[in-house]
Amino acid sequence: MQASSLLDGIVAVLVLVGAGFALIGSLGLLRMPDFFTRLHGPSKATTLGIGSLLVASALFMSFRGPGLSLHEFMISLFIAITTPVGSHLLAKAARHRRVPGSEGWRDPADDQPRNR
Amino acid sequence: MLSYAIGIALALLGLSLALALVRLMRGPDLTDRILALDTLYVNSAAMLILYGLQLGVERYYEAALLIAMLGFITTVVLSKFLTRGDVIE
Repeated sequence: MQASSLLDGIVAVLVLVGAGFALIGSLGLLRMPDFFTRLHGPSKATTLGIGSLLVASALFMSFRGPGLSLHEFMISLFIAITTPVGSHLLAKAARHRRVPGSEGWRDPADDQPRNR
Repeated sequence: MLSYAIGIALALLGLSLALALVRLMRGPDLTDRILALDTLYVNSAAMLILYGLQLGVERYYEAALLIAMLGFITTVVLSKFLTRGDVIE
């Protein structure tokens, strides 16, 4: 009973932390001033949030389910590998489309400092 | 206690989905919309994991894995299309 309530507490804290980080990532996506700063929120905070949720799920399923369950870490590993790739490609696409950055951003194409 | 925490976490994830949806509708450039779509995919996968945790069912992680893979492929393909004007050269 004691170990079960301890497990529930740990899983509850991990779930809340994960959802909070996902919310922080989306808040950064909504509130940041330009595209290149907006890219930071979903690529870091949301990855950490879903990683925490997956650790919570793996703990809960390992102790409550039939046996050790580690396949949640497959999603975690997959997202940790693919999110930098996707963010890199998105940033390249934004550079290609000349999406305006923040102050002092230097576009190598025209080699002139903007807004400075 | 755990069911309350999962309910609160589901509410937070729903709020983050709504914020990403606002960015998806408002986004001044196409890249902002793609980024918002990617965030929607990842948050949907997180919501599916939470749902499986609430029901105590282990199978939902497969759906979450599929959604995460589809989100990555969507982001890569749309970015490639914006950069090159073509997906497969």
